[in-house]
Amino acid sequence: MNRVRRNRLLTVLFIFAGSAGAVTLMLLAANENLNLFHPPEQIVSGVAPVGVPIRAGGMVVAGSVARAPDSLDVEFVLTDYRGSDFRVAYTGILPDLFREGQGILVRGELDAAGVFRAVEVLAKHDENYMPPELVPIAAEAAGNAG
Amino acid sequence: MIPELGNFSLVLALVLSAITGAGGLLGARAGRVRWMRAAASAVSGQLVFVALAFVVLVHAFVTDDFSVAYVAHNSNSLLPWYYKVSAVWGAHEGSFLLWVLIMTVWMTAVAVRRRHLPLDFHARALGVMGLLNLGFLSFLVFTSNPFERLLPLAPADGSDLNPLLQDFGLIVHPPMLYTGYVGFSVAFAFAIAALLTGRLDSAWARWSRPWTNAAWAFLTVGIALGSWWAYYELGWGGWWFWDPVENASFMPWLAGTALVHSLAVTEKRGTFKSWTALLAIAAFSLSLLGAFIVRSGVLTSVHAFAVDPARGMFILMFLFVVVGGSLTLFGIRARAVAAGVRYGPFSREAFLLLNNLLFVVALGVVLLGTLYPLAYEALSGGAKISIGPPWFNTFFVPLMLLVALALGIGPFLSWKRTGIATLRRRLAWSAGAGLALGVLLPLILDEALSPGTLLAVVLAGWVLTGHGLDIARRMRLPDAVRRKPDPGAPGHDGKRARRSRRAGRIPLAYWGMTVAHAGFAMSLLGVALTHELSVEKDIRMVPGEAAEHGGVVFRFNGIVSTEGPNYVSRSGRFEVADGDRRLLLVPEKRQYLAGGSVMTEAAIDPGFFKDIYVSLGEPLEGDAWAVRVYVKPFVRWIWFGALLMAFGGTLALADKRYRRLRTTDSTRVRALPASPAHAPGPAGTGIADYAPGSNAPRGKPG
Repeated sequence: MNRVRRNRLLTVLFIFAGSAGAVTLMLLAANENLNLFHPPEQIVSGVAPVGVPIRAGGMVVAGSVARAPDSLDVEFVLTDYRGSDFRVAYTGILPDLFREGQGILVRGELDAAGVFRAVEVLAKHDENYMPPELVPIAAEAAGNAG
Repeated sequence: MIPELGNFSLVLALVLSAITGAGGLLGARAGRVRWMRAAASAVSGQLVFVALAFVVLVHAFVTDDFSVAYVAHNSNSLLPWYYKVSAVWGAHEGSFLLWVLIMTVWMTAVAVRRRHLPLDFHARALGVMGLLNLGFLSFLVFTSNPFERLLPLAPADGSDLNPLLQDFGLIVHPPMLYTGYVGFSVAFAFAIAALLTGRLDSAWARWSRPWTNAAWAFLTVGIALGSWWAYYELGWGGWWFWDPVENASFMPWLAGTALVHSLAVTEKRGTFKSWTALLAIAAFSLSLLGAFIVRSGVLTSVHAFAVDPARGMFILMFLFVVVGGSLTLFGIRARAVAAGVRYGPFSREAFLLLNNLLFVVALGVVLLGTLYPLAYEALSGGAKISIGPPWFNTFFVPLMLLVALALGIGPFLSWKRTGIATLRRRLAWSAGAGLALGVLLPLILDEALSPGTLLAVVLAGWVLTGHGLDIARRMRLPDAVRRKPDPGAPGHDGKRARRSRRAGRIPLAYWGMTVAHAGFAMSLLGVALTHELSVEKDIRMVPGEAAEHGGVVFRFNGIVSTEGPNYVSRSGRFEVADGDRRLLLVPEKRQYLAGGSVMTEAAIDPGFFKDIYVSLGEPLEGDAWAVRVYVKPFVRWIWFGALLMAFGGTLALADKRYRRLRTTDSTRVRALPASPAHAPGPAGTGIADYAPGSNAPRGKPG
């Protein structure tokens, strides 16, 4: 191997090792930032961790939405129609497409009492769109209803 | 019958694209001039038939032909005519037809501007674009046909366009964005043609530059429009969410930004050739990846179209063919180009390389953050995750601050090397001005700024001063030396000086660079100041109540019912007092008649220094409403900056040196032997360096 080639190989190896290191570091950072999605049964059964940022979702139970009289606090119940229900507490404005019976996603933390403290509530964006996370739950719901 | 005409046109266009592909590539290989001519003529045929298909679809929308499935799903007889027209690209099938139309227009532009290019190079580039269009048209005809009918049972009325899309934003955002995406296919085709002809040289870079600049400028405007649209329409006042589909448009932009800069080095100094070709391939491949992400439904997003696995599979295969094919060709043809070009650490080459490094790393960050959730889901057996904005910001923000740091030095640098003493003196001025801005701005705004924001402010001042000083210095110089970056640099023979005097001005390309970089600084200021100074409150208000936020008083005067063409609306009345100014803001809550969906229309008082933003949440008990009130200083600077960047790119491509090579010159260029990409040699042995009549400023061969 001549010198030019060896230098070139070393450069390539150096770049490769550098990028691999950088990617590893970024993925480690990502693991602290990623929000794992938990379906209702995992929230209820205690599989979902308490006090860690996660995402959850389900269908809004009819009649469960309760607004506080003098603030923007709101509570509602999400279900998978298979017996796993959990309460969500949120402060703020709900999205336009938030409705009873609608599939929604919430981002936040679970507290010790089993209430999901949401910092963000997402509804689907139009009539035809369903968040992929909710497709299995919504299909189940449609099956039960029909 | 008319929709069938559209269908038929698309099939004809598909056949013609195959002729362009085969005629261009095989004709160039076999040296058959007639085949190459046929390839070019077939392009005009494609334009005619694709345009006809597009007009047919517009006609179906305007005349409410609900027997066409796509029209029935995305329109309604109550829709105003301008939204009927823009509804053409409001969903998957029609938006892809727009994509193909834009592709065909770019191809036609390349076909028309043939006199600048050698015949075989031109034919190969057109051939590559023809093959791409063949893929696009097959996708359209076989998996996403917008002309499919709902016969014999056509619905009486359509199910309406998604209300989110009934907006000015839909009219302008997708066409601009697609023009940018597809425009990178020209840079891609030129790179492939250069690899095929073995002509990876500065002439190729010069031919690519205006096209790349144009595509990049369109993409910049498209992304800025999307961000602005999200800001006022989605109702929660954010302007960038690191949403996968936003990232999908941002990745080709990052690659394109690197490409625009790397092309400069390849053209002027004849180096970085392989790297430039790789970036050209990357920019277009990332555009295709974006199309895959948006149209396959693999990712959770605001923008994602309806899920159809067949479509996703088609685009994925197409992506593999394009990326795999071009990288294989690259591996075979782009041998390591002998170095021999030397430049110091403080030279334009080094700093443009640094630009490329920073932008490619930024691209890597965005790519990783966008694809990691997908990989995670595949590897963990279906666990779904999302990566939040904090992760992206952690990596992206420092990278852009580094870009700003380097950008403040850039304009002072000459090719090859720059004297440290001169550099130090000039940089002292910029640094002083930047620091002064960092001290003065908080005093003027009467706000304490966090260290991070202050750093961004100082860097923006540093960039602006650097570019301002350099332009000022050039204007003061005698005409003779104005066109060179450094008056001390060699190569100022009398002839060149006389030519410069005739030209008389700073070249447009240099103005373009300065304007674009000023735009970057402006966006940087906008992002930092908006982030730091925005006041965002969700509050409960009863009629008659007033609240003060961010120095602005909002008084809620109740709700009035109004009617629009296809919706009923509840409008809030807000009296806003901002200092001495009094204004009325009327945010709306609309209910659309066809689908019954509810939309929030924010009311915004736009201003150069701040936006006042009110939107209605939901009715609460009694007459109370949940209300969103925002005061967002400097938010418009983000988009103004982006528009400046695009304007700069446009100025640069209008520079007259791109029009210098006339027919006679290109004939002579063709007569010269092509320099093989792998031939060792001194820098700048590219054909353009010998092309007669091209007296554009250029670094001396090293």
